[in-house]
Amino acid sequence: MNRRDALSRITLIFGGTIIGAEAFLTGCQPGNKELMTAEFNPEKITFLDEVGETILPTTASSPGAKEAKIGEFMQTIVTDCYTEDDQKIFMDGIGKLNKAANDKFDGDFMELDASKRHDLLVALDQEAKDYDKNRKEGDPNHYFSMVKQLTLWGYFTSEPGATKALRYVETPGRYEGCIPYKKGDKAWAL
Amino acid sequence: MAENNFDAIVVGSGISGGWAAKELCEKGLKVIMLERGQNVEHVKDYVNAQKGPWEFEHRGSRTQKMIEDYPVLKRDYPLSEKNLDWWASDKDCPYTEIKRFDWFRGYQVGGRSLLWGKQSYRMADLDFEANAKEEIAVDWPVRYKEIAPWYDYVEKFAGISGNRDGIPHLPDGQFLPPMDLTCVEKDVAARIKEQYKGNRHMIIGRVAHTTQQIPGRNQCQYRNKCSLGCPFGGYFSTQSSTLPAAVKTGNLTLRPWSIVTQILYDKDKKRATGVEVLDAETNQTYVYNAKIVFLNASTLNSTWIMMNSATDVWPEGLGSSSGELGHNLMDHHLGVGAGGWVEGYEDKYYYGRRPNGIYIPRYRNINGDKRDYIRGFGYQGGASRENWSQNVAEYSIGAEFKEALTEPGNWTMGMGGFGEILPYHENMVKLDKTKKDKWGLNVLAIDCELKENELKMRKDMMSDAVEMLSLAGVKDVKGHDGDGTPGRGIHEMGTARMGKDPKTSVLNKWNQVWDAPNVFVTDGSFMTSAACQNPSLSYMAFTARAVDHAVSESKKMNL
Repeated sequence: MNRRDALSRITLIFGGTIIGAEAFLTGCQPGNKELMTAEFNPEKITFLDEVGETILPTTASSPGAKEAKIGEFMQTIVTDCYTEDDQKIFMDGIGKLNKAANDKFDGDFMELDASKRHDLLVALDQEAKDYDKNRKEGDPNHYFSMVKQLTLWGYFTSEPGATKALRYVETPGRYEGCIPYKKGDKAWAL
Repeated sequence: MAENNFDAIVVGSGISGGWAAKELCEKGLKVIMLERGQNVEHVKDYVNAQKGPWEFEHRGSRTQKMIEDYPVLKRDYPLSEKNLDWWASDKDCPYTEIKRFDWFRGYQVGGRSLLWGKQSYRMADLDFEANAKEEIAVDWPVRYKEIAPWYDYVEKFAGISGNRDGIPHLPDGQFLPPMDLTCVEKDVAARIKEQYKGNRHMIIGRVAHTTQQIPGRNQCQYRNKCSLGCPFGGYFSTQSSTLPAAVKTGNLTLRPWSIVTQILYDKDKKRATGVEVLDAETNQTYVYNAKIVFLNASTLNSTWIMMNSATDVWPEGLGSSSGELGHNLMDHHLGVGAGGWVEGYEDKYYYGRRPNGIYIPRYRNINGDKRDYIRGFGYQGGASRENWSQNVAEYSIGAEFKEALTEPGNWTMGMGGFGEILPYHENMVKLDKTKKDKWGLNVLAIDCELKENELKMRKDMMSDAVEMLSLAGVKDVKGHDGDGTPGRGIHEMGTARMGKDPKTSVLNKWNQVWDAPNVFVTDGSFMTSAACQNPSLSYMAFTARAVDHAVSESKKMNL
């Protein structure tokens, strides 16, 4: 990554930095790797796969987040890159998401059908956006913002995401600065 | 000891060290190039260059462990799991910050030539005459017409792509074909030209990439993974360019893991006799002898070596007799600019990943313009289409949301300034004898700050960017003035400036240490002023010129 890419990455990712990356500015406690290894059990990975799949489902044109092993990706990033505070928010978030499922539909997230899962996450996304609107400096992140950010980032940089949902050309071989684009053509990966 | 005798020693293997070695070897000298870090072999050691983004465990991001291990590197973009081995360890190689200074170092064969931004611009008489005209620091002992043939010479070999724009204070060179502008950049450039009546130019960046095949190098493949090493040799680095040329002569010995601790000096002959090396792996000490020494250890590190040399003659080190060694530290100040989005062009796109952007050369304080500060700044930036991180207003999750993210979004355009920092005597480095590195060597203490001239300039750097982009039709333009901490430009310059008078400068006009004419310093340390252009091309040109002078003086028995 060169300086120009770095600048655009930082401003473009959700209008803010990658959660975890700013930790050095605030002097947060680094994360607890041992605790996270214990916390991320197979059921939680499956749960996160299903949440990810609801955010970015399999469609006619490309696989969904589950095929990108989004649960494992979240485990890796939360374990290695998140601060201890953010790790706690993320882990508590799994419980909160399930509670929201029960409040709204009287069942755990895993028991809901695809359309109820979708409706639930639309509502949680709105909740997170409203929270961020009134968020002051130093306020904690919203767990759903984390889950959504990790899903998008993990999916579109995964092999299925980059090569099937986007167009990935390992070695373009040439550069053309101004060519026609027609609606429906996929964006370049990276 | 015979195996430790060479005709010339080159300390450092980055951009300028590689050039020194190549030129000396090609002139028939037996050369040893000493590098403090590990070897990095071209192609073979570019272990991450062929990986897809998904093959990096953290997708190139930084872990909390990395943040803890790299207390300096974490301050900006370089900290990434993709090329961590090519940035110096902050823990092994600490330094003291009297004021905060972000020092990002590359300690391996090739140095930062593997990592650089590759922007390559000539300096002009606007820059070489500025100190004299404004009575700042000391005058450059060189003018453009003396260095111009050496720019020609290094450009032809290095491979610099660019457009011949005909801008007097950013002279054209021996260019390979320019890279394309994007559709939006073309139109913004045309509007800027019109709005400012031809006084401001937005041009394609001039960059050390082979847009055409040149001997020994493949064409740039537009992968934009340059900082992982290029298996195609698509950009100029020691590995792709100067090292193979030096090796081909049969005259080069390369010794990695070699920390040069001092230049050995004969006070009767007033000449260096060689260098002392600490082996970074074994901690053994070695001596290498030569009649010519080139210091290319990088700005600050070359000065550090001089400060540790000939201290029996000069307590502050070789080159300190003027009182200027370690002083006049410069960088380019950046982190300020503007950006916005561009309406339309939904039917336009690009192919390939261009490792380059636009450049707006300096326009302040020239052609009758007069500001409340002196010198000026240039901008780098570009226009591209948003990707999956775009905002989608209509959908928040689900199939439609995903489909929307698979298509390119709006065009955005942004740019950031690179401003000149004046050479202030009090911006300086010195030895900190209370702190030692992993090898028990004293470290540098850095005391450097932006002053009034730079701070006033930064206001223009933001407001001009906002004004230009707005006038060019960019929407919702927002300015930003982030972190201008010195060092972040990664363009450290000065601390052993060249000049006309041994009383006020460390080096003469041929990059020779006044007090030891067989020692040449041709990395960024020699810079008498910083200009606002990316400086590496100038180091190449001055290095090639200095070698030519060294060999010719040597033949005349003057060294």
